[in-house]
Amino acid sequence: MNLILSIKQKRALFLALRYGLMSLLAVIFAFPIVFMMVSSLKPSLQILRDSSSLMAFVPMGDISIDNYFKAFERAPIGLFVYNSLMVTLVTMGLGLFINSMAAFALANMRWKGQQVVLSVIIATLILPFETIAIPLLMVVSRLPWLGPEGLTYGWLNSYQVQIIPFIVDAFSIFLFVQFFKSLPYELIEAARIDGAGWFRIYAQVIVPISGPVFATAAILRGLFMWNQYLWPSMVIQSTQYRPVMVGLGYFWQLTSSNTAGEGILPWGELMAYLTIITIPVIVLFLALQRAFVESIATTGIKG
Amino acid sequence: MKSKVWNILAGLAIFAMLLTACGAPATAPAAPITAATEAPVDAATEAPVVSTGPTKLSMWYHGAGNKTEKDVLLGIIKDYNESQDMYMVEVQDFPQISYNESVVAAALAGNLPDIIDVDGPVMPNWAWAGYMAPLDIPQDKLDTFLPTTIGKWNGKVYSVGLWEAACAMYARKSVLDKYGIRIPTLEQPWDLEEFNAAMETLKASGEYEYVLDMGMAWKGEWYPYGFSPFLQSFGGDIIDRSTFTTAEGALNGPEAIAFGEWWQNLFTKGYVSGTTQDSADRDTGFIDGKYALQWNGNWAGGLAAEKLGDDLLILPAPNFGNGARIGAGSWQFGVSANSKNIPGATEFIEFMMQDKYMVQFSDVTGNIPATTTAAAASKNFAPGAPFEIFFNYSAAQATLRPPTPAYMSAALTFEKALADIANGADVITALDTAADEINADIKANKDYGFDGSVVGPSIKEDEIAKANAR
Repeated sequence: MNLILSIKQKRALFLALRYGLMSLLAVIFAFPIVFMMVSSLKPSLQILRDSSSLMAFVPMGDISIDNYFKAFERAPIGLFVYNSLMVTLVTMGLGLFINSMAAFALANMRWKGQQVVLSVIIATLILPFETIAIPLLMVVSRLPWLGPEGLTYGWLNSYQVQIIPFIVDAFSIFLFVQFFKSLPYELIEAARIDGAGWFRIYAQVIVPISGPVFATAAILRGLFMWNQYLWPSMVIQSTQYRPVMVGLGYFWQLTSSNTAGEGILPWGELMAYLTIITIPVIVLFLALQRAFVESIATTGIKG
Repeated sequence: MKSKVWNILAGLAIFAMLLTACGAPATAPAAPITAATEAPVDAATEAPVVSTGPTKLSMWYHGAGNKTEKDVLLGIIKDYNESQDMYMVEVQDFPQISYNESVVAAALAGNLPDIIDVDGPVMPNWAWAGYMAPLDIPQDKLDTFLPTTIGKWNGKVYSVGLWEAACAMYARKSVLDKYGIRIPTLEQPWDLEEFNAAMETLKASGEYEYVLDMGMAWKGEWYPYGFSPFLQSFGGDIIDRSTFTTAEGALNGPEAIAFGEWWQNLFTKGYVSGTTQDSADRDTGFIDGKYALQWNGNWAGGLAAEKLGDDLLILPAPNFGNGARIGAGSWQFGVSANSKNIPGATEFIEFMMQDKYMVQFSDVTGNIPATTTAAAASKNFAPGAPFEIFFNYSAAQATLRPPTPAYMSAALTFEKALADIANGADVITALDTAADEINADIKANKDYGFDGSVVGPSIKEDEIAKANAR
């Protein structure tokens, strides 16, 4: 029996191993999401009893969508999702525009102090948000705002307090700078020779060929904003502006003990809520994943 | 492909702008079911817009998501608003898990409401920090309350609770009978030897991997609330209550070390599962028969009674030499120091202190009413009712966690020390380190005002004696 494999056989074996490993990883990564979605269909006691076996991933037993109805009764989920979408999309939209323009100026224009400014921006990355949360709170609680009610002071309980402090982001600027530097500078020189101004070069030359970095920045910033918890806990006191992650707290409490079957966390409702608030994140990733993967794959490759 | 991505991003940005444009607060949509459930809030709290109308009193409350409890609160507010025309209370609810952060942030921003609710052990810190104002409520109104439902700091009352919670040892009668273990009573609880012997007997039976579910899956406040009464029963404490300026001797003296060694033995002898206990086991392990005993609060009583019926025993805490003790001090209501309407806010709290409201809270939450008369009228704690025993335990054994501003920091240190000991750390070193950390915090905060002008209750003449005297 000939044990030496032909090239074709080797290739087939390699492929099988590769796909086997990838499938295994896919299953491992999918486990938490499957657990969450399956559990959202089960009563809390069944979730707890199934959690120590593979039954946790199987939609069997007392299956229903009751948890979703109960979750909507427990918390104004529609409002929370709306608020988070508003805050995330506006911050993301304005952030992509402003951070990319800043990065364009830092990467492609020549001006005095350029490197110092870039260094300072990058240096701010080492500051955790928690260290500036209190000073920022003191500032925003006194800032003026011109709205429909005229000039008012203090931004607490508003959308702007959740948006404006997070539009400018050092990491996004850094990402854009790295990407813009990798683009051939001849493109900009050619546009300059053709008489284009800096904004026109940015908008019509650079942006159209920078899809991957925009997608990456959008996903990273979008996730960060969607997952905001500490800051809204500090500055939002009204249900009206509360985002989804603070809303999670509505489900993090023991249910009343005098009703049969209660006295434990409402795990089923919690999983239903998590499933609902995970959907926008999955949609965002699916919409941008090709560009995101491309960006990751080409990181560090000079043009 | 690149232009497609750009189109998506541009679309998102435009959508975001449109959302902003449409996002005026008044038009923010809510899910239909939510709108229906939120309706009572508006009905109860919306004040008519008239310049000469009643003064608005803002109130913050920690129970967002707990609809039954909130409905009772809204009912009280409605009653109060209709009972007079000087004030109009408006409530804003917060999720409990982020409530303290919200209050502290609001205090820093100078944005506190008139009325707040506060967790009992946190109150002294907020009073010391200047977030809360003392309550001017006649003593005779307070006298009928369980002592641990009255929040005191520096000799003044700052908060009043309408309910209390209590811990007990859950067990099965059939199991204790089978192994010849005496059923303890409030008058004669298990002592240390008896309790240890019971656990040894149950462990030796081979029926249980772990005998006692202590709730190690729970973190945070459960440690000082659930476990510091054992330390106090040994004669130690988290902080020395005679001065409130040190943990030395209280947390690392001979009694505390004896407690620490007992605590560690629970784990080394395999009586209690470690700090990695599965939270599913905490919730259902006892009723499923995985554990013979469970240390838990009154909130677990409903499920246990439903599953075990007459076989369920709700036993008092053991007495390790210095009295049988359980934790005390639940959520209470107080007035913020920022309030421009302190008399009105105080009046509302006085209005809440009616038996009928305590009964309503108790009936929907399963918590213990704060007065004997309310307990007698409640469905769970009246004489002969299924959980009457919890009221008796609370009245006889409840011990406040140290009522000092240092508690908030000391509680975290205590939790770490107990978790370390459970995981095998040297008992004396762990307790010494904890005492040093607590002392350092007290020193850094200039003794939290305990310079002789502040009076705190002492554990030696604590509220248990007063309750027993009644």
